[in-house]
Amino acid sequence: MTVAVDLRGVSKRYPGGTVALSGVDLAVRPGEFVCLVGASGCGKSTLLNLVAGLDSVTDGSIEVDGGRAAFMFQEPALFPWLKVGQNVEVPLKLRGVGRASRRARARELLETVRLGDVVDKRPHELSGGMRQRVALARTLAHDAGVLLMDEPFAALDAMTRDALHDELERVWLERNLTVLFVTHNVSEAVRLGDRIILLASRPGRVIEEFEVEAPRPRRLDSPDVAALAGRVTERLKEEVRRHVG
Amino acid sequence: MSADVSAGRTGGEPDAIAEELAGLDALEAAPERSDRGRRLWRSTWPKVLAIAIGIAAWQIVVETGWRPRSILAPPTEVFPSLWEMIQTGTFWGQVATTMQRAILGFAVAVAIGLVIGFAVARFTVLRAAFGSLITGLQTMPSIAWFPLAIVLFQGGDSAIFFVIVLGAAPSVANGVLAGVDYVPPLLVRAGRNMGASGFGLYRTVIGPASFPAILAGLKQGWAFSWRSLMAGELIVPIGEAGGLGTLLTVTRELSEYAQMLGVMIVILIIGIIADGVFGWANNSLRRRWGLDSDRT
Repeated sequence: MTVAVDLRGVSKRYPGGTVALSGVDLAVRPGEFVCLVGASGCGKSTLLNLVAGLDSVTDGSIEVDGGRAAFMFQEPALFPWLKVGQNVEVPLKLRGVGRASRRARARELLETVRLGDVVDKRPHELSGGMRQRVALARTLAHDAGVLLMDEPFAALDAMTRDALHDELERVWLERNLTVLFVTHNVSEAVRLGDRIILLASRPGRVIEEFEVEAPRPRRLDSPDVAALAGRVTERLKEEVRRHVG
Repeated sequence: MSADVSAGRTGGEPDAIAEELAGLDALEAAPERSDRGRRLWRSTWPKVLAIAIGIAAWQIVVETGWRPRSILAPPTEVFPSLWEMIQTGTFWGQVATTMQRAILGFAVAVAIGLVIGFAVARFTVLRAAFGSLITGLQTMPSIAWFPLAIVLFQGGDSAIFFVIVLGAAPSVANGVLAGVDYVPPLLVRAGRNMGASGFGLYRTVIGPASFPAILAGLKQGWAFSWRSLMAGELIVPIGEAGGLGTLLTVTRELSEYAQMLGVMIVILIIGIIADGVFGWANNSLRRRWGLDSDRT
């Protein structure tokens, strides 16, 4: 079986002695949408950092198909000194793509997230949801098959978030991407994921997996989504209670 | 027709999403800025009023007879003599001498300050060694360098130049250090994830992100170099210096007090113009980056 992201016995210990992750095994299939859910301290963000290569493992190994994974953060992290289009061009520029094809690609990617007409605006002129879509376009410009998303919609209002769920799902299907999506919002995980990985806290490790069977496109308020979200939440609460006293 | 529209509104369909997104975008996008001319006027009239009050106060002090008119000339005498002065070629020659020194000295100071600043920011060892030295150099009043400069360079242009650079470069370097320290770590992470590293990371992320603080350093550096320059032109022997500072000394020694005050006004105006240039640069940067307080 081919694997897009393969984590084997991954542990991360920080210099202070804190163990953020302990023996995490996770295999993500190409084109799969995997959501990581857990309470605070479960090392969700650490895990993404490790997969992105922004930090190094203490133990175990991580393999990413194609060697690179594109990261999308909770904040858009756009560069305020560049226009929207130029922001999307940055990953292309860093890979040495020529000026003309860079511009064309950036424009095309912005059109993918329905923002073709704001190429020449400044990031601050856009709304929060628009900025996050620009960030998505920039993440797509990495041309990496694997997308790492660290609570990318957590700072948005519910309505914008709903719309962006639809958008992300569409882009993911169109481009056949592999997504590793971290969230603390269980409903969001059920709305988007093929599979939900539940992480325990201190140290972070995988305790349970849920396959999401409900057909797409799913709605946050549909009965089967709500039912599964309820089960995941129950299991999560159980895990949180374990930390009392 | 109406049937089509309602059919397109069933949740989840691409058209409906597109419409919904467009609606959300329109609602949330930032509003247009207010009228330009109005804003200009709003920021100008208080300054004009302040200048008028200043000149009036000056006239009143003269009228009280606190000092004889031959020593403390009133605005009514200073401005006509200033007007006469600016119609002579020698005056503009002195202005040119001063401005040439100012711009050349400042440019060299900026180049040195930027190189030192980024080098010290980049390499931990250099920072440990020179970080506090740079801050220390800044506390040194530039005029205190002049005796050494005059001895080293036998007076003249080089001495003035030396002091301008020493006065301004640490400010610029400090601005770079402050800027690099306050680059949001998230932007650096984004840059690294996009494939930037080493020098590329500085060029793509850290350098541009430090720009507001660097600009503040440039402004302070300019203020220091302008002060050093004036001090230099006053201190360094007349025959060797020239420039507005020398003109100030000459007019005093010839007891042309109205002209002396006129030269002071010219120096003040140049300072204000330079300050305005930096203010403009800072404002346009804040506007482009979306840092205006009245916006977000």
